[in-house]
Amino acid sequence: MSDTVQHIDIEVMQEPEPSSFKLIFALGLAGFFSGVLLVSTYLWTKPMIEANKAAALQEAIFKVLPGCTDFRTLELIDGQLKVKADDPGQGKAEDSKETLMIYQGLNTNGEQIGYAIPGQVAGFQDIIGALFGYDPTTDAIIGFEVLESKETPGLGDKIFKDKDFQSNFEQLITSPEIIAVKKGEKSKENEVETISGATISSKAVVRLLNEAMAEWREYIVEYEKTNITEQ
Amino acid sequence: MIDAERSRSAEEFLKGLWRENPVFVAVLGMCPALAVTNSAINALAMGLATTFVLVSSSILVSLFRNVIPKQVRITAFIIIIATFVTVVDFLLAAITPVIHKELGAFIALIVVNCLILGRQEAFASKHKVGLAIMDAMGMSVGFTFALLCIGIVREVLGSGTLFSVNLFGDQFEPWVVMILPPGGFLVLGFLLLFFNWLTQKRKTVRES
Repeated sequence: MSDTVQHIDIEVMQEPEPSSFKLIFALGLAGFFSGVLLVSTYLWTKPMIEANKAAALQEAIFKVLPGCTDFRTLELIDGQLKVKADDPGQGKAEDSKETLMIYQGLNTNGEQIGYAIPGQVAGFQDIIGALFGYDPTTDAIIGFEVLESKETPGLGDKIFKDKDFQSNFEQLITSPEIIAVKKGEKSKENEVETISGATISSKAVVRLLNEAMAEWREYIVEYEKTNITEQ
Repeated sequence: MIDAERSRSAEEFLKGLWRENPVFVAVLGMCPALAVTNSAINALAMGLATTFVLVSSSILVSLFRNVIPKQVRITAFIIIIATFVTVVDFLLAAITPVIHKELGAFIALIVVNCLILGRQEAFASKHKVGLAIMDAMGMSVGFTFALLCIGIVREVLGSGTLFSVNLFGDQFEPWVVMILPPGGFLVLGFLLLFFNWLTQKRKTVRES
């Protein structure tokens, strides 16, 4: 029995086992070249990827604030909104995760149109990330754009594909709060008609708007006050 | 001699298209074939991304086939494949952010597409670069073709569009299940049935 085992072993091991050093060296070399290639691709594509992200955010800001041509980035520091110190200006948005930010949209005359406010909420499957436009003079939401979502194709994704649902956000009063109602039952200016077949996603959007408004309303009021005294 | 070599290359290329089609015959790479084929453009993008990874990996593996020790070959293949997948991930994010967003996690998952590791182990690590490229190209074209077949059927039935062009007008009620996960299984099943039926039929014709 042991003879056969020995025999098979010799058959299999025709080539001598390479030393551990050789194995480690081969993999180390592969890892090294892979690293060099990855770092160079990363550095090469990084500016393009960042430009794409900024362009996507900028496009969304212009979409949710009709008539907006320029915007300022406002940063929340110690409970106060301040124009971001290194504000790139001229409508260049920076997507940073360090501080919370909203965007103040301006028209060609430098007059304020409203604020673009980002928000997140748990949807039907995953986080829904969105941006909406808020006009403090009428206390209304004037635009809504989904930035990221994994809602069910054909059903939940109607929150950004369905024109009827989108039209809810052309002039939506936000106080005391936004209420979701069934399709065709909208009677007040603070009500949103949900999508039949996508009630959870629609209600998630309403929750997102209410939560974001609850979070930002105070800061915006405060910012407007100081802004007006400055002028 | 040259003729023989040329016909060998052609042979290695053509086998991936039909006789050894990775999806319809070998049933490899089912994850992307089911997950990202809800529209034709996504299917095409996934096919092209896989093509890039498969061809580049095959070239490298074939070039270094005598250098890579047998004992660590799978690890080395995975390092090479993962590198190219990451490169493709960056490139897609830089060039077409919309498609990159649609494909999402499935780009990174090209690493574990057994079609790619399979071709390295079965072919590229044993053949010269030229043949390895032909083999990889053939398999990639076959894979992309299969994904497109599924993607086109699903998009036309599920959204009423093809490459985002509206086909039937507004009256068309989309067959929503087709762009949901079950639609992927249904279409794949029927396509497998169809292509196997076709192969059988051709075989009986040849025999008679």
